[in-house]
Amino acid sequence: MSNVLVFIEQRDGKIRKASFEALTLGREVAAKTGGALGAVVAGSGIAGLAPELAAYGAAKVFVADKPELALYSCEGYTAALDAAVTAFAPGILLVPATSMGKDVAPRLAARRKVGLLSDVMSLEVEGGRLVATRLVYSGKARATVTADLGASLQIATPRPNVFPASKGAAGAGEVVALDFAVTIRAKVVKMDVAETGEIDVAEADKIVSGGRGIKGPENWPMLKALCHEMGAALGASRAAVDAGWIGHEHQVGQTGKVVSPTLYVACGISGAIQHMAGMGSSKVIVAINKDADAPIFKVATYGIVGDMFQIVPALTESVKRAKA
Amino acid sequence: MNHVVCIAYVPDTETKIKIGADGRSIEEADVKWIVSPYDEYALEEAIKAREAKGGTVTVVTYGPARADVGLRECLARGADEAVRIASDGLGEADSLGVAMALAGAVRALPCDVLWLGNKGVGTDAQVMVPMLAELLDLPHANLVTKLEWKDASIVAYREIEGAREVVEMPLPCVVGAQKGLNEPRYSSLKGIMAAKKKVIAVKKPADVGVDPALTTGEKAAVRWTKLELPPARQAVKLIPADDPAKAADELVRLLRDEAKVL
Repeated sequence: MSNVLVFIEQRDGKIRKASFEALTLGREVAAKTGGALGAVVAGSGIAGLAPELAAYGAAKVFVADKPELALYSCEGYTAALDAAVTAFAPGILLVPATSMGKDVAPRLAARRKVGLLSDVMSLEVEGGRLVATRLVYSGKARATVTADLGASLQIATPRPNVFPASKGAAGAGEVVALDFAVTIRAKVVKMDVAETGEIDVAEADKIVSGGRGIKGPENWPMLKALCHEMGAALGASRAAVDAGWIGHEHQVGQTGKVVSPTLYVACGISGAIQHMAGMGSSKVIVAINKDADAPIFKVATYGIVGDMFQIVPALTESVKRAKA
Repeated sequence: MNHVVCIAYVPDTETKIKIGADGRSIEEADVKWIVSPYDEYALEEAIKAREAKGGTVTVVTYGPARADVGLRECLARGADEAVRIASDGLGEADSLGVAMALAGAVRALPCDVLWLGNKGVGTDAQVMVPMLAELLDLPHANLVTKLEWKDASIVAYREIEGAREVVEMPLPCVVGAQKGLNEPRYSSLKGIMAAKKKVIAVKKPADVGVDPALTTGEKAAVRWTKLELPPARQAVKLIPADDPAKAADELVRLLRDEAKVL
């Protein structure tokens, strides 16, 4: 009869997609435990978000609405989450494994001295215990992990883009205002948002990546055009990042981001072991490389052995026509 | 100003992972071990700060005897002292157990800034920075790519999805390093010679206030029950590239009609 609580991430009053995914997963987990589904959201002027969460099945929506929570802070948002845990007494807590979730969940786990199943790709409930799989060694292996059944709270952070989001039988969405004290020492004083329209590789459903074969930063517009037509994020290999052709936030691989989109298009990437670990769990992989022996073809679903400078523009045109 | 850097000693990123005989850990026989790349950024930033403002840099790890090699590498790069909390002979600890041991060690050290990589490249749980900050009751900023020093505070630039947060926090505090923060230096010959003479302080978990009977093996808050290699992928379907336009059309057709991802 464990209650299930889901942490909802909002930015500028807009709920992030990964939160709907976690809430959908929470609804499925609550159906198995027979407990109630709750959601907790922190921010300022966000009380109006409750109906959206009820549509995904939330029976209760715990709202931490304070001016000092307008911008994210780990201390402030963890205090909100902690207050909701006290109020709702969940046996299971789900927090999306975004950069915010991966900041808040471990802080709460340490506060409550309980374990955390981090960045999980599957989640089951077996005899009341959470059992999950997650990628370790940056994608080179997959571990099955389980939380301590004796713990007062089991926490998991589901990886974005892995669990589907879907509305279900609407919950009551009863709003519960949280009252708690908050001391914020690490304050966000400013937020710089990237170029508009740019999708982050960590959140993207589709990724087009360039490697050493791109030859120089002057050729990114060619890949960006394909990204634009596909609605994909722009990724890069470590070789391209270390050459200084693009920022590290685009890097996919062991020392970058480990991603699992539905479609990953690798252009001019040979496929170093670190890169393949970082994207090997993508559903469909396309490799475009002029070297037929490149290791990337070993993990690719579809491959084109050829000059990316001819193939990529043709592909952009072809995708554009297919959409028309 | 005094600095503590927590490091993880992990399999080299070039290493091929093999599954061990127990089916829930890696085969360690042929593994080359390295200081986690993100911890190198943390160490570099701590050494740079000490060079600018004085103080000490102490590196701390939780691990078996082999991790001494990693600590000595940090000493060679310029750390002053090293502490290892010995896990030899103990069952596996989970992240919380490791964080509790590290926090115990850090409490006994002079520390204005605690540094670590935003993640190890081993278990990849990416939880150590917030966990340590919480256990030590300190503010923190993770995924930091740039830092500015003020008199009694730090301004940290933190990389998040599609944006950058600028966080200001008072000392003492915890910083989680992300790639881009700096270019780590190599060890100098002089540093390597000096590091050989230094003594690594080896402590038992009990020395830092942690009972391993409560944090390892069956008592760990999270346990690995199985480890396997990712499922093998199907063989690649190659599309002839003689005519780029035709190849592109065929790829789009396959992505749309066969894979159903467009």
